[in-house]
Amino acid sequence: MKQAEFYQRDRRLQPPALTPDYKTSVARSPRYSMISLQNSVSEITGPVFGHNDIDPIDNDLILNYAKSGDPIGERIIVHGRVLDENARPVPNTLVEIWQANAGGRYRHKKDSYLAPIDPNFGGCGRTITDENGHYFFRTVKPGAYPWRNWVNNWRPAHIHVSVFGSGFAQRLITQLYFEGDPLIPHCPIVKTIPDPDAIEQLIAKLDLNATIPLDSIAYKFDIVLRGRRSTMFENRLEGN
Amino acid sequence: MPQKLDYLRESASQTAGPYVHIGLAPGAAGFDIYRQELGHDIAGPNAAGERIRVEGLVIDGMGSPVKDVLLEVWQANAAGIYAHPEGGGEVEEGFRGWGRVITDFETGEWGFDTVKPGAAMGRNGRLMAPHLNLWIVARGINIGLNTRVYFDDEAEANAADPVINMIEWEKRRASLIATRSMRDGKPVYRFDIRLQGDDETVFFDI
Repeated sequence: MKQAEFYQRDRRLQPPALTPDYKTSVARSPRYSMISLQNSVSEITGPVFGHNDIDPIDNDLILNYAKSGDPIGERIIVHGRVLDENARPVPNTLVEIWQANAGGRYRHKKDSYLAPIDPNFGGCGRTITDENGHYFFRTVKPGAYPWRNWVNNWRPAHIHVSVFGSGFAQRLITQLYFEGDPLIPHCPIVKTIPDPDAIEQLIAKLDLNATIPLDSIAYKFDIVLRGRRSTMFENRLEGN
Repeated sequence: MPQKLDYLRESASQTAGPYVHIGLAPGAAGFDIYRQELGHDIAGPNAAGERIRVEGLVIDGMGSPVKDVLLEVWQANAAGIYAHPEGGGEVEEGFRGWGRVITDFETGEWGFDTVKPGAAMGRNGRLMAPHLNLWIVARGINIGLNTRVYFDDEAEANAADPVINMIEWEKRRASLIATRSMRDGKPVYRFDIRLQGDDETVFFDI
């Protein structure tokens, strides 16, 4: 069956380009309005990934860079589903994550924060969703860290998440935050999102059912990509 | 009981931040972790068509190059077919049509090698001029920016392109056209992206 177009993105739930409290956006935000484009083949198609592209260990951040032992920090499982706006699973799609270590330091040559680098922690992972859209990662909980925006800004603990979906129009990068973190409402990057419910949707919930007793605590985080039209009409076989 | 529209809502975007490389191009962050990083080979060895290089800068509102950008490319092959079940047909073995590049931390220059795409079928049976689709993320960019790269040696096709022609401000159409030159016998297209200013690049809400 021919794939239909994606629903229009609801920009009211998305951060606008210009958000002066997140200062870097000021010089990096386009000022003219975007040109609205109805989908063509350029937007409804997107890159296809397979298990040849990645290794089974890539989703285990506790093991995938371990040199001399386990990473320092609280062991966590992050799991959930990639769904679309119709609540349908998005199968076989690439999910990539990156994060700071338990001390709040990134393994990046540009990060000079004074917390130590963890010799056993790389801070990145990737996986492909299964046929029902499920994914999971094993990692350590990232630490909060200060950043230069206002003098005393701290990022809440977070994991960056990159997802593809089935068409280029679904491409998304977001951040996962953790339930109960008192820094979330203070963060200028979180507050680029105008809608409180949309912020709430980025906060992973403690999931005791997925916790492994005496081993790892778990958080559940579902990611929603744009939905696509589906209703069939005889005079418009590609969908509504 | 009132009827409800039980749709989920798209997750909100957040900036990729300054350390996007750790996740998507860890070699650039300064460490080696995966057997292979993704997005280095867009066309593969078997692709038909002209081999080209595309390069440029992303320039911010102060006129400075942005040095921590990550760009992704999505394109059709030389026959105008995308490597996807809905892409219009078969592509050459190894042709992926997707690439991922980062800017140089010192200069802000980015560039990638690929094949020049062919015209793909657009809406209502109207051909689209050959183009590359770009997606741009960086620190300070709250939601990825979508634009298109067209080619200045396709003037006739560009003049008929349904997307270019949708841009009411004719002066702004030029921001989507890459400029061809030759270097060491190989075609190179220059495509600078301007985030602000009178000549701000056209970005699309797709």
